[in-house]
Amino acid sequence: MPDRTPAPGGATAVLLLLADGRFPAGGHAHSGGAEAAVRAGRIRDQDDLAAFLTGRLHTTGLTAAALAAAATAAATDPDPDRLDDLDRAADARTPSPALRATSRRLGRQLLRAARAAWPHPALDRLADRHPRGAHHPVVLGTTAHAAGLTPAQAASLAAYESVNGPATACVRLLGLDPYRVAAVLARLAPELDAVTAEAVRAAEQGDLPAASAPLLDILAEQHSTWKVRLFAS
Amino acid sequence: MSTAVVADARITARPDGRGGTALPVLAGGGPIALRRTRGGATARVTVIGAMAGPLGGDRLALRIDVRPGAALHVGSAAATISLPGRDGRPARWDLDFTVAEDAELHWLPEPVVAATGSRLLTRTRITLAAGARLHYREEQVLGRHHDLARGAPPGRLTSRLTVRQAGRPILDQQTDLGPGAPAWDGPASLGGHRAAGHLLTVGHPAPPVPPPGHDAALLTLPGTDATLLTALAPDALRLRRLLTP
Repeated sequence: MPDRTPAPGGATAVLLLLADGRFPAGGHAHSGGAEAAVRAGRIRDQDDLAAFLTGRLHTTGLTAAALAAAATAAATDPDPDRLDDLDRAADARTPSPALRATSRRLGRQLLRAARAAWPHPALDRLADRHPRGAHHPVVLGTTAHAAGLTPAQAASLAAYESVNGPATACVRLLGLDPYRVAAVLARLAPELDAVTAEAVRAAEQGDLPAASAPLLDILAEQHSTWKVRLFAS
Repeated sequence: MSTAVVADARITARPDGRGGTALPVLAGGGPIALRRTRGGATARVTVIGAMAGPLGGDRLALRIDVRPGAALHVGSAAATISLPGRDGRPARWDLDFTVAEDAELHWLPEPVVAATGSRLLTRTRITLAAGARLHYREEQVLGRHHDLARGAPPGRLTSRLTVRQAGRPILDQQTDLGPGAPAWDGPASLGGHRAAGHLLTVGHPAPPVPPPGHDAALLTLPGTDATLLTALAPDALRLRRLLTP
């Protein structure tokens, strides 16, 4: 069988590919709590959206980014215990069963796409040990390693995904002006980089953050009981 | 002005051999006074704040060790008011609880209230053996009533809760609320509420699912027989109603 692993040196393009909403990892079907926040009247305009995204970025975004960075480093270790520990750490940091299920579903979908794009023993081990899906940040970090990215790049992807999905969802849910939503995201860029740096530092020190936001958990549980919804979470 | 206080209080509970619980260690410290209020199968202790505070710069700790077969209930006489110190340093309040197999701890104190200008870091570590039982309530109130009435901002409360059960982490979460924490009052975090809390239940029947129309949810944790009732409310009274099964 020919070795289809891409040569190193394509890291920038790989990063763009992974961050692209068209990469088939299933993220487009999720609103990151925005759908429930819109229904509850908590996001009505772009200012509410900016506050929602800022809150999400500094809480679950930071936690996911640190887990992803730690997983990139742990994936270099042939002993799978470190990744399993990170999966348990992600479980403990996700008290909402609805969000745990979402994170594992997104992890499973990303793993499928990643194994096709960047075949690697670390991805195979993760699939073997977590047949129902590992947590998304753990898969993201392992994917980053398989694709030749650094822990910082994995953290940056996780931080970006923590805001990009809900922002795009609000264009559909509220009919917000997509140019104004793009401006909200552009203004968040320095904070995204700051959160990424904080996440990498925490992961290097082995002191994973557990930042959380109370309404995100509550809204996720409410959303999971709806019979009709536009987004899966 | 007072200087910062460092205090380390301890409680150890063990069976007394006659069907009750003895407290071989009941040691307050600094502003933390401990009173045994009743005997019986479950020992009851009340934490009495012997001074104002915590004030910025204070470092207070309470360690509770519940040995196999013992049952301990700890409450507090009044709300804990976090107040600003002289130099802007945060106060620290560290709780370290260990509950052995076939033992139980009920930690049901009054709320922590963040007065204008205060900064408090609380760190709670709970280590449960397999078969340990727990009721743990935590209530945080952003601002005293008279702070809010005069339009003053609340203080800041950063609170981390880490729980291990039989060696496995089943809950690890930190909230950072109040001025200085990014978007703390936004639609992902408090959303205009001023009181936030949890009731963590392990090894006891889970509390009922909160009624609809409230910002509250009953979460099943990844451990064994463990739930977290999490709730937000406009004030301490309404929060307590949501956290009282």
